[in-house]
Amino acid sequence: MARAHGGGVRARVLIRPKSGISDPQGTAVERALPALGFSGVANVHVGRLVELDVEDAAQLEPMCEKLLANPLVEDYEIIVD
Amino acid sequence: MKFGVLRFPGSCDELDALAAARRVGDAELLWHGERDLRGADAIVVPGGFSYGDYLRAGAIARFSPVMESVIEFAGEGGLVLGICNGFQVLCEAHLLPGALLGNANRRFTFRQLALEVVNADTAFTRACATGEVLSVPAKHSWGRYYAEPQTLEAMEEGGQVLMRYAPAQNFNGSLRDIAGVCNEAGNVFGLMPHPEHAVDELTGSTDGLKIFQSMRLAMEGARV
Repeated sequence: MARAHGGGVRARVLIRPKSGISDPQGTAVERALPALGFSGVANVHVGRLVELDVEDAAQLEPMCEKLLANPLVEDYEIIVD
Repeated sequence: MKFGVLRFPGSCDELDALAAARRVGDAELLWHGERDLRGADAIVVPGGFSYGDYLRAGAIARFSPVMESVIEFAGEGGLVLGICNGFQVLCEAHLLPGALLGNANRRFTFRQLALEVVNADTAFTRACATGEVLSVPAKHSWGRYYAEPQTLEAMEEGGQVLMRYAPAQNFNGSLRDIAGVCNEAGNVFGLMPHPEHAVDELTGSTDGLKIFQSMRLAMEGARV
């Protein structure tokens, strides 16, 4: 586990629209790609990336539940480097 | 009766909300960093881009000091109206069910809309008639109302859907054409279109005043 400066860990949180909820941004990108000559692209979804250094990795999940994601409409994935 | 109108960094409709509220009562701005609601009888959470809409619209405003007081005020039965970004803030604060997602048309859209009053038997709609159609503008990028199917069912049964976009007016893709909902207790109301921009004939409609008048009637009823 890499040490971030000041102790703790470096984490990335990937936030995606929940499957089943329409994602107009993903649809727009999916439609734009063939226009540029990129064929064979499907299931495009656009989400957010939050990078952060945290002293206590156990806080990441409550942070996601409370602020970083909206669990009603978004899934999140925590990656600790 | 006194309205307290919140002001966050990035709010832009608080002065129109203040002016609209002053047509039916007293009104005062309340800064986001203050906890004191200054004796307001009802709260308006205005439109705009609180805290720059960073992360998600309303996500950060929801944790501001003034919102701590508003959550407490709502818990005690106080009337809270959230307009546009205010609706997003109230959903993020879990004072209202559901969430507001990016418009289905993927664009910031600004237009005068026809809104159908679905339930006129509430503190926010009693100056209207059920089935009445109001002309009010909407202007937003994130207005697609979403809630889980069982939540929507319970809200419909409980009379919590107060306003719908009239046929062919739902540009944002809101489920069941929902434009405005209240909480189970009926004292918190969120609406994407802007009643505060429809209070003077100069701008084409005074229908928005009915929301503010309803709140005043509800407050006066409470005092009798």
